[in-house]
Amino acid sequence: MDQSQRTKILAALEDQDTTVTITDPLENEMVLNMGPQHPATHGVLRLLVRLDGETVMAVVPELGYLHRGYEKIAENSTYHEFIPHTDRLDYLSPLSNNVAYVLAVEKLAGLVIPPRAQYIRVLVCEMARIASHLVAVGSMAMDVGALTALLWTFREREKLLDIYDVLCGARFTTSYARIGGLQQDWTAQCTTMLNTFLGEFEQDLQEVYRLLSTNRIFVDRCENVGYCSPDDLIAWGVTGPLLRAAGVPRDLRRDRPYLVYDQLDFDVVTLPESDALARFYVRMGEMRESAKILRQALDLLPEGPIFAEDSKRVLPSKERIYTKMEELIHDFMLINLGIDPPVGEVYAGIESSKGELGFYIISDGTGHPWRMKIRSPSMVNISAMPMMLRGAMISDVVAIIGSVDPVMGEADK
Amino acid sequence: MNDEMLGRITAAAGEEPVEVTEFRGDTTVVLSPSALLRVAECMRSELSFDLIIDVLGVDMYRPDKRYEVVYVLYSISRKAYLQLKIRIDEEHPEVPSVTSIWPGANWHEREVYDMFGITFTGHPDLRRLYMPEEFEYHPLRKDFPLMGVPDSLPLPRR
Amino acid sequence: MALEALQRDGFLTARLDDVISWARKNSLWPMPMGISCCAIEMMATASPRFDIARFGSEVMRFTPRQCDVMIVAGTVTYKMARVVRKIYDQMPDPKWVISMGACASSGGMFRSYSVVQGIDQFVPVDVFVAGCPPRPEALLHALMALQEKITKEGAIRPSARSAQITIPETVSGAPA
Repeated sequence: MDQSQRTKILAALEDQDTTVTITDPLENEMVLNMGPQHPATHGVLRLLVRLDGETVMAVVPELGYLHRGYEKIAENSTYHEFIPHTDRLDYLSPLSNNVAYVLAVEKLAGLVIPPRAQYIRVLVCEMARIASHLVAVGSMAMDVGALTALLWTFREREKLLDIYDVLCGARFTTSYARIGGLQQDWTAQCTTMLNTFLGEFEQDLQEVYRLLSTNRIFVDRCENVGYCSPDDLIAWGVTGPLLRAAGVPRDLRRDRPYLVYDQLDFDVVTLPESDALARFYVRMGEMRESAKILRQALDLLPEGPIFAEDSKRVLPSKERIYTKMEELIHDFMLINLGIDPPVGEVYAGIESSKGELGFYIISDGTGHPWRMKIRSPSMVNISAMPMMLRGAMISDVVAIIGSVDPVMGEADK
Repeated sequence: MNDEMLGRITAAAGEEPVEVTEFRGDTTVVLSPSALLRVAECMRSELSFDLIIDVLGVDMYRPDKRYEVVYVLYSISRKAYLQLKIRIDEEHPEVPSVTSIWPGANWHEREVYDMFGITFTGHPDLRRLYMPEEFEYHPLRKDFPLMGVPDSLPLPRR
Repeated sequence: MALEALQRDGFLTARLDDVISWARKNSLWPMPMGISCCAIEMMATASPRFDIARFGSEVMRFTPRQCDVMIVAGTVTYKMARVVRKIYDQMPDPKWVISMGACASSGGMFRSYSVVQGIDQFVPVDVFVAGCPPRPEALLHALMALQEKITKEGAIRPSARSAQITIPETVSGAPA
């Protein structure tokens, strides 16, 4: 638009005189602020969208509205004191964050965990993955317009949260993993509840699948929307369901097995299309694979202790803390003064529901970490969003954000 | 880390010293900042470390070479991690940016700049990531208090 | 007694104050300022199991112009405080605020440089809900406490009655 016409429009706005005509009213670009408070941005994500009419020209995401200073808090807490903070990272699957952090600290300290604890950790990680994907699928469907899917997936999630309640004592922010083991043991009641859940889960998932996959509106809103080539995704460091929906079969559970994933049989779900619909199908497929893993892990669950044998590093069991003096002193020292790992630095990552969640811990030999960096998959996924949004329509922005599924507690640390 | 990989990295570094350490199965290659871009290009193109996992800054709070920058890399074909580390001092905290090699380092380097004040030369868009633009301090430095500096961030009136 | 009078005479008498308060408290439309983990528990409160809709809060409108109560759910940072205040200012009177969770009430477990240690520093709060996150039952209890407060506050002559209400109600949820 040339200068004379632009001044005419501004002058018209000032005079509120609408008799000015322009040759092409769509030939201007507008900056729209999808602000931090928005129903569809999955948390406090701010997107500055530059629009040409209804087509998106460029997007700049802005983070930091939930920056809580985790890394500074970690430098001031002991290793045990930081475990409740890890719940609040990816708050849709808090149990897998606990396990990721504890795995990193155990790698640093060189602890070996008994097999029963490893199987229980696999169980809780996969339950957390199902819970997180249920919310992802439900809110993507709600953003696109299908509110029923959200209510159904939340109903399934409530069954999982009941199991967490019995197992960990809290339904949501659990702080279940401990350094060297777990908080409390897996009971027969948990097995019964999980078996009941698995018996109904396949069918309920099939209901949601049937509702959405043949729905013309859902498919049209999500197909060929938000495409990003696998090379671009790899160049930007994206991992998780986004990369697997682009045809790259990278899954840390298969490539670098941690816990006991090398003894379990499951498929890595990949699709080649790399659009919003493919990501939706990948998440549905991963939920089915997680159900398979849960069944196998329940069958293979061995008996035994759930704590490693190292009284100077690992918390003793609660009954002994309340009754014996030595364990009480150990408990106090370990939580308040720390576990004193050797000097060094490690990186340990797991495959969480959003991608690779990793902790880089630098220890100086004392009970507080010198530096802890949290590699959050959601931050990297959001950094790849401008590529997906270029050229899309404004109404596709919501579908694309839903398919990327960012969690701001993790992205903003 | 086999000898062939080490040979290629040393060749790319030229006369600059290369030090390799291992701890708990993780391999770290310590470089000098001037060799960083050459070695990074070698890692991506010849050794196929194509996925950049993380870039982080560390404040060691020592008089010589106060800051460190660590790059965590992953190779999809080899299924292996590798870490690169460089050390820089307090007076000139500048590091060449690797966004030309791995575009994904863009936001990680912005975060390091935000938290430590280390500038990355050649970065396309170096601004703060988490704290507001007007914030004057760098929070993760060891001399910044946990509760922050009073009145450094504005609050709306009640 | 009221129903008998209705059936006998065909009309009811009541104070206008009570009728307006009754209408207001049973149709509190929440404005979900869902920021972090507490937002998920707020969504769970709206889900079929706990069902906030039976209290009249069916429509969680995301536009502040149509809402009565703002539920601040999650950690409020200094960067976000400006936005929360802006949304609060856009809500029409009468409006109330429920501060859900430990982070919104007092900064919670995040004692750091970027977290506001309590939203009552910049927004007047009516009900605080403790918990990290509070169970959905605790949020419903908070809503019921707010309904009691609305009844006590009165609508026509708010200054005469609400002088009795000076301390915000504190509701403790089940420990998480």
